Amino acid sequence: MNSHVFAPMRATVLDNIRESEGIFTLRLQLSDPQHRASYQFMPGQFNMLYLYGVGEVPISIVSDPQDPGVIDHTIRSVGRVTRGLAKLEAGAEVGLRGPFGQGWPMALARNKDLLIVTGGLGCAPVVAAINFALKRKAYYETINIVQGVKHSDDLIWRRQYEAWQALEGVEVFLAADQSGPGWPFHTGLITELLGQVTVDLKNTLAMVCGPEGMMHAVAESLLQQGLSAYSLYLSMERNMQCAVGHCGHCQMGADFICKDGPVFAYPDIRDRLLLAGV
Amino acid sequence: MSHTAPAFLAREDLNRLLQLLQGQGYRLCGPQVRDGTIVYDHLADTAALPRGWRDTQQPGHYRLQQHDSPRYFDWANGPQAIKPLTFPAREVLWEARRRESGELEFIVPDQALEKVAVIGVKACDLAALALQDQHFLQAEYQDPGYLARRKGLFLVGVNCSRAAATCFCVSTGDGPAIEQGYDLLLDELEEGFLIRSGSDSGAVLLAELPLEAALPGQIDAAEQQVQQVARSQQRRLMPVSPGSLMQQRQHPQWDDVADRCLACGNCTQVCPTCFCHHQQDLLQLSGEASEHQREWDSCFSESHGQLAGFQVRSTVKQRYQQWMTHKLDSWQEQYGRSGCTGCGRCMSWCPAAIDFVEEANKITGDG
Repeated sequence: MNSHVFAPMRATVLDNIRESEGIFTLRLQLSDPQHRASYQFMPGQFNMLYLYGVGEVPISIVSDPQDPGVIDHTIRSVGRVTRGLAKLEAGAEVGLRGPFGQGWPMALARNKDLLIVTGGLGCAPVVAAINFALKRKAYYETINIVQGVKHSDDLIWRRQYEAWQALEGVEVFLAADQSGPGWPFHTGLITELLGQVTVDLKNTLAMVCGPEGMMHAVAESLLQQGLSAYSLYLSMERNMQCAVGHCGHCQMGADFICKDGPVFAYPDIRDRLLLAGV
Repeated sequence: MSHTAPAFLAREDLNRLLQLLQGQGYRLCGPQVRDGTIVYDHLADTAALPRGWRDTQQPGHYRLQQHDSPRYFDWANGPQAIKPLTFPAREVLWEARRRESGELEFIVPDQALEKVAVIGVKACDLAALALQDQHFLQAEYQDPGYLARRKGLFLVGVNCSRAAATCFCVSTGDGPAIEQGYDLLLDELEEGFLIRSGSDSGAVLLAELPLEAALPGQIDAAEQQVQQVARSQQRRLMPVSPGSLMQQRQHPQWDDVADRCLACGNCTQVCPTCFCHHQQDLLQLSGEASEHQREWDSCFSESHGQLAGFQVRSTVKQRYQQWMTHKLDSWQEQYGRSGCTGCGRCMSWCPAAIDFVEEANKITGDG
């Protein structure tokens, strides 16, 4: 971290990988060797990426913490900054502040079944957890990945899911609320799929990311099936600008999502989910 | 011993205090009349202080009147006090430069310590400063700009001798008497000031002043005065127990206030504890440098709760709920106390004359 918490460090684009329409992975390396040497992160944490002259955006880190020399961010280009980042080529420089926030409790999941549930267009915070777990499969009894989308056409990285499914000890479950032709997976709500997952809920740690309505439904369904509320973690999203709990934009009740989250144990956030305007 | 018993300082000798502070390298900042309000700004000497001015405040109303009084501090407050001194409305956090090679450079402005002495800070605003200290300094990350400006402050507090109809600091526990957070403290009487120190640097200055022993009658008069201010406050904010206001989100009064609220954000801009700000880049036309600024924001603004894909608070009702539930309720969980110090500015400067205390009491009263 820089001595000045708000000033970015310089980072060089090593590669800009096109994942799908509108989604890309920016592979960065801190330009200053001293910054590089002291940089560490955990899955679920995020960086503030700065595009020269335009501004900053919070982006999850999806690469492996074992190699903090290469920092990957999978980004959807939706706003002024992300559309600009999408155009960067290898060799360009951006600003980087971070890492910020509380990541996933990877150590707590050791020797347990790991259940990762995600909804929507592919959720970068859980991709970090999946990548982390797959590299350390021996630590986990089983790794179960459940992904739901509104329409089967929304599923990106289908080949990625197929590759994960092919691994030993890994189960992948896919659901689409509505499906088109050639969809071999479940058609219906993601919660209907949860009954098919063969994890031992008494010895499971669940990580959930997606729209709040989906997270709430998944969480309550898992609790009903016997998962302990403190074995359930959610990654929240709000407007994060300063990343250190000063600017007030990401406030959700008494929490600042940027520093108290983005990952929360379910009981700590349960009362605020689905409250309109909170 | 930095806390002392009060001594008497003649009114004409207050200038001596200002000269001593200037001699120690402090830039003076104090209240003065401008555009029909009391504002805190650079102060040359006591001639600029608002002598004889008093304020009349009501929801949606603020007026100053001149009276035949020798007093400098016989008013309640103006739209801002000292928040802009530590947390300016706009500042440059850093500047980015891009070389022809494409390499970036990030330059942080010099945070040199500037010594600023503030004359005549009221109890509600010192309480607000303590809350801003908690937010910007006693958190995981310290705000470097705030820290540099805060370190340079020398605070001369003054106990209130008059409350506006909008004041309710008694019910928040923040006034009208100042109990901590000052270097020097004044009680203004008809014939001059009682003065005492609250810090070592205050005590050093006190020793340089032409003081007389305070008479028992003067000490008594100062105590009576502050008690009279407390008794005169009509408004009383009912206590909000943590979590209780959040649980009243279905109360019909929210719809009523949302109908009147213009979502202009004035209440948040004059509030001495509000800290929300946004960040933006200002690129030079030459393209060679870009300033990264931060600027006060408001939970009433369109962009405050805007994410890629959805708006967290799209209605005025939701924004009013965010403002009030944060200030009075979830603030307690964050900082151990309410975020309201009873200054009443949110009411006086509300163009729709919304009475914050009345609204809060209606909602919590049915709890």
